[in-house]
Amino acid sequence: MTLGMVLALTGAVLSTALAGIGSAWGVGIAGQAAAGVVSEDPDQFAKVLIMQLLPGTQGIYGLLVTFITLSQIGILGGNPITDTHTGLMYLLACLPIAIVGLVSAYHQGRTSVASIGIIAKKPDQFGKAMLFPAMVETYAILALLISILVITNIH
Amino acid sequence: MAIVSMRKLSVCASRKNRKAILEALQKIGAMEIITEEQDGDSGLQKMDTQAARAQFEKTAESFDRALKLLSQYAPEEKKGLSALDGRETVTRSELDRVVRDKAQYLREASEILKAEKEIAECRSEILKDRTQIASLSPWLNLDIPLTAKGTKTTAVLTGTVPDPLSREELLEAAGRDLPDPSCMEGEIISSSSEMTCVSVLALRRDAEKVEENLRSVGFARPAVSVKGIPSAASAACVRDIAGQEEKIASLEKKIASFEGSRKEFRIAADYFRTRAEKYRMLGTLSQSEHVFFLEGWVPEDHADDVAKLLEERYGACVETEEIKETDVEPTLLRNNRFSQSVEGVLESYGLPTKGHVDPTVVMSFFYVFFFGMMLSDAGYGILMFLACGIVLAKYKKIEPGLRKMLQLFFWCGISTAFWGFMYGGFFGNAIDVVAQTFFGYTGGPILKPLWFEPLKNPMRLLMFCMLFGLIHLFAGLALKGLEYLKHGDVTGFVSDVLAWYFFIIGLVMILLPSDIFKSISGMEMTFPGWFGTVAKVLTLIGLVTILIMSGRANRNWGLRIALGAYDIYGVTSWLSDVLSYSRLLALGLATGVIANVINLMAGMVGKSPIGVVGFILVFLLGHALNIAINALGAYVHTNRLQFVEFFGKFYEGGGKPFAPFGTTNKYIEIKEDKVL
Repeated sequence: MTLGMVLALTGAVLSTALAGIGSAWGVGIAGQAAAGVVSEDPDQFAKVLIMQLLPGTQGIYGLLVTFITLSQIGILGGNPITDTHTGLMYLLACLPIAIVGLVSAYHQGRTSVASIGIIAKKPDQFGKAMLFPAMVETYAILALLISILVITNIH
Repeated sequence: MAIVSMRKLSVCASRKNRKAILEALQKIGAMEIITEEQDGDSGLQKMDTQAARAQFEKTAESFDRALKLLSQYAPEEKKGLSALDGRETVTRSELDRVVRDKAQYLREASEILKAEKEIAECRSEILKDRTQIASLSPWLNLDIPLTAKGTKTTAVLTGTVPDPLSREELLEAAGRDLPDPSCMEGEIISSSSEMTCVSVLALRRDAEKVEENLRSVGFARPAVSVKGIPSAASAACVRDIAGQEEKIASLEKKIASFEGSRKEFRIAADYFRTRAEKYRMLGTLSQSEHVFFLEGWVPEDHADDVAKLLEERYGACVETEEIKETDVEPTLLRNNRFSQSVEGVLESYGLPTKGHVDPTVVMSFFYVFFFGMMLSDAGYGILMFLACGIVLAKYKKIEPGLRKMLQLFFWCGISTAFWGFMYGGFFGNAIDVVAQTFFGYTGGPILKPLWFEPLKNPMRLLMFCMLFGLIHLFAGLALKGLEYLKHGDVTGFVSDVLAWYFFIIGLVMILLPSDIFKSISGMEMTFPGWFGTVAKVLTLIGLVTILIMSGRANRNWGLRIALGAYDIYGVTSWLSDVLSYSRLLALGLATGVIANVINLMAGMVGKSPIGVVGFILVFLLGHALNIAINALGAYVHTNRLQFVEFFGKFYEGGGKPFAPFGTTNKYIEIKEDKVL
């Protein structure tokens, strides 16, 4: 296996790993808050579950980038890359979703906790409460977009 | 696109018809009664209905609790989606029968509650017994009562010491400094890591000294206070538990025996709830000695019917009031069958107020369009609209909020299927994977995209997403313009709406032929020579208009221009708003790629009988997960695009939903004529 391939694989692995860590973190703290609400008011289960799931998307974006990278660099069939420069480019391309995924999922989780607080006090304000975590996610989406655009245009 | 216009009616009627009129209004449920505080010196009074209302609420609650207990001890057989059945239909005569026999049902309900109370008592007895047994367990080997003091010449010392101790050590410790240490008997009853239970028999004359000796090794009298021999006491507790459990079982059976009255309980609970609501309303009415007054909002098209009903049947005097500036008119939306499905989404943001536009219709089209783009898989879409369609067709009585939600997802499902075919995704690339894995197919994709595959050319799709975004934002701006025109504010329309159209369209036209756009999008377009000139003119007109007109509320020209310049800076928000629509691409890609990953994993098991089973398992599980998480994502982000980007251009919300005075039924629906 060439150095280029190793570099590219590092990027692919990082995007799932870091974004996944962020999502696990965010979903985890939001889940604790959600469980607290359900223990008082089980009727809010569906609403707080949605809130809990919101920071989970970054992990999926990371997986997405990993998969596209793997299929582009020839791990999943096709011609494996050999060039060190190309490998480094893939590594760099993976970084936006890896880093932004990690940080934004954590902060989205914290925002979800706050929004779960809204639902606990005012269950009818679900629409507004949902919006705050969704604002944080915008930046993960932008990072995902850049990662995808770069990866698909390297060849 | 319609906010239903309301008429404010004031009713004045004889006091003796008070309850009858309220009941009639409650039945038709078409009037929102205004409950504002009257001036103190109007000479009118209010009736204190607090006590009666509280009594009815308490009664309704006890029926609720009885029902809950019934479902706990005699669970109802439920069919799959019985939660969607909605409220049970009850005829007026059934209701009347229950009301006539309400004393009997009240008695039954209170018997259920009494049984529940007894069950709770039995449970606490059992708990007490269990603690007793646990605290007695170290003493079970003791064959004399724990409280035994001894005989005339001997003394018994029973208790615990903290440290583990053997019998010899115990006797040695107890017999220290005694004239005759052998005149003593001791026994270790039990020992555990926390304490050792001991019993010492000594001569009465030595008793004090022995106890003092024992205390020096930490001896203490037992904490348990039980009369009699421990093992016997423990056995008595066990017997008691069995007895209490038997009692609980018979009480549970007793509760379950009222199962037949479940329906009547429901009717009674709702009957009392509705009466409580009526008394709440009664308490807010202003009345004099012989007449009472009420004011309320009625939708314009029902107003005449309501007025006629009250006048003819109850001899009331009904007048149409003039709507004052300070009146807050409640908002009721009425839209076409398609658009009303997004009313719930709009409501979660805030309803429009009187005099503003209702964005429902415009929003509904964009909502369904964008949702489809984000989920964008034909298989998922077909599943969604089939599932929603079947539920909607099968359960006719779903409560309205849920019904609208299901309708919304029904339409979104169709849109998702449409975009799935456009992008060529049917459960991802499932068709190709199945063909390749099990049938040895080697050709190109079988289901070709009608438009193009996003992953092959994401840049092109990104451009389209932004175009759709710009159209969405322009639609928002158009609604703002409509509002200006509705109020006859042409200056506002030109300077706040038209100028922005010019400015933005001009900027886009300048951008399109530029090299930057060419290199980003990979699209090359040729434009006629006049294109650039038109672009510049449009931009300039827009720019100048905004600069001069934006701060027109100010007389100070310096400030006015400064405000205008600040508003021009707002063009950056247009940029970020348009960029925000890139989520249409990102989420669309997410669904497709994850679906492909699932298919890839499912196909890995290979071509064999086990492979087929494995394929089906991974396929079902994986796609179920993908559809759930991506439908959630599509829902959240479609809402965001509407609430933040679209509404940001024109919409305020803040309307008060129309809440007519009506029945407050939880379980039943009474079959009779309703105006609304």
